[in-house]
Amino acid sequence: MNEAHVSTARQAIVRVAGVTKQYRKGRQSVEVLHGVDLDIADGEFCALMGPSGSGKTTLLNLIGGLDQPDRGEIGVAGQRIDRMSSRDLARWRAAHVGFIFQFYNLMPVLTAQRNVELPLLLKRMSARERRERARLALEIVGLTDRAGHRPGELSGGQQQRVAIARAIVSDPSLLLADEPTGDLDRDTANEILDLLQTLNQRHGKTILMVTHDAAAAERASRLVHLDKGRILDGSGAG
Amino acid sequence: MGGMLQIVLGNLMRKKLRTLFTLASVIIAFVLFALLGGLSRAFTSGVELAGADRLITQHKVSFIQPMPLAYVQRVRGMDGVRAASHYTWFGAYFQDPRQQFALFPTEMNTINDIYPEYRISEAEREQLMSDRTGLMIGKAMAELYGWSLGDRVPIFSSIYPLQDGSYSWEFTIRAIFTGTGNEADEMQAFAHYDYFNEARRFGRDSVGWIVTRIEEPEQADAVAEQIDARFANSPTETKTSTEAGWAAGFAAQFGNIGLIVQLVMACVFFTLLLITGNTMAQAVRERTPELAVMKTLGFGEARLMSLVLAESLSVALIGGVVGLLLGTVLVQGAASALAQFFPGLTMSAATLGWGLAFAVALGLITGAWPAWRAGRLNVVTALARR
Repeated sequence: MNEAHVSTARQAIVRVAGVTKQYRKGRQSVEVLHGVDLDIADGEFCALMGPSGSGKTTLLNLIGGLDQPDRGEIGVAGQRIDRMSSRDLARWRAAHVGFIFQFYNLMPVLTAQRNVELPLLLKRMSARERRERARLALEIVGLTDRAGHRPGELSGGQQQRVAIARAIVSDPSLLLADEPTGDLDRDTANEILDLLQTLNQRHGKTILMVTHDAAAAERASRLVHLDKGRILDGSGAG
Repeated sequence: MGGMLQIVLGNLMRKKLRTLFTLASVIIAFVLFALLGGLSRAFTSGVELAGADRLITQHKVSFIQPMPLAYVQRVRGMDGVRAASHYTWFGAYFQDPRQQFALFPTEMNTINDIYPEYRISEAEREQLMSDRTGLMIGKAMAELYGWSLGDRVPIFSSIYPLQDGSYSWEFTIRAIFTGTGNEADEMQAFAHYDYFNEARRFGRDSVGWIVTRIEEPEQADAVAEQIDARFANSPTETKTSTEAGWAAGFAAQFGNIGLIVQLVMACVFFTLLLITGNTMAQAVRERTPELAVMKTLGFGEARLMSLVLAESLSVALIGGVVGLLLGTVLVQGAASALAQFFPGLTMSAATLGWGLAFAVALGLITGAWPAWRAGRLNVVTALARR
């Protein structure tokens, strides 16, 4: 973890240029994103807001390398990912991106510790090293005392903390969070947002967070609005 | 590796009852496989033990029809014949009619001319030849009944009464032979034909079949034709075949055991494929969101496919190995109980090998479709469904 990281460079870590994405619904083709441009600076905490169907999650998936644009370019941490093969994208995701989901998406059969270790299975690492790094990640999210519990034995907030620990355990340059507080009550949501802010400010993690929640968006250093597949404001790096 | 194993085990234990039932069906199928494999082997063990240089001559109509004793001497004089002797089915049992075993009255001094693989000591040979009621038994039979040299044993014949009408014959154990080490080989007994022939009430000077040891195995067909031609157009025509062919024909009297076993196993494995395949497909379908998350984290297609295949292989291999072990225990248990009827009832390494191969194939086939689906999973679609 870059615990002593101080954000000095403000170069764009994410560059989205002229991205268009269409989906097929039956026989019809629906264009979800229309030539989107967006830059996110290294160390930035950016909130992406917009109504349902505006294309927020689609844009997040494209930046996270889960999907490919029909047109346009996407660069993350200096690498063009819009033309990578699915195998290269899988490797790239494992190395550069941490994902946080609304419904946590933990493996119910594994303990919190093992869930956090999951991304490390893709790296050449001893079991001991995996354990230590997972314990450190759990310490950052304040859940070392729950390491041996399975997701079913944890509260929603605790599960989201485990998910965040899993997202940061391989020390990615970018965290992508899709409605991370959408399934939590206000107090728990605030705790999670505090944690994301800490990761951004103390550990220098660049975060792109999709949210409906204005209170959550306020915690970000920058707010980008997306509507009907177009960026309304703030497309340049902050 | 340890982490992936943890996931495989965790997934298997996720729905314990389902895994237990699936395992149970696999275990039962492989127990059946082991039992039928052992049974099939019991029927064909005679073929495996058959000598390449031995011919069997029987009555042309049926194996149970007797032939004249005089035929033996005529066969001995034929070209290409090294030695010939005769055997008769005694229909022997000890105490209980259900405990039947193979006892053949024969010319004892010719035994090693025909079956050089049966070994006894010189001292036993002398004792055997000097006692008309002497019996030569296999080591496995001696162990089964707890008989030792010098024991006088009453043996009943289900076919031949003595002159006084009694079916209880008295024999003395004079030699215990070791054979090829196969239980089928050592579950036989040989008595003096002269004693048998003189003491029996009917059928005097007749024999069951003739075994001929030939000079060269490649002359088998020619010698067999020569024997049958010699007795053609006589009241007792003969049919001669190689010992292996005869044993195979004997087994075939019960039906084509190999084919029956194969058909039953094909039905069992086909049903098993449907059950296990459906269970695996369902188990993986339920975990689609989790697989999507793993793919999101960077797990590639090959790794996800391996994960699913590891699960299906685990079920098939655990069930297969447990089933084969249980089957082996049952076959060994049945082997001692049914030693008289199925002396060749054993679990062969080949059956176990085939069983393991089937288990691997079962795991791969049932896991193939779910693994392919897991590998090709569209992350965006799968996550959106959540």
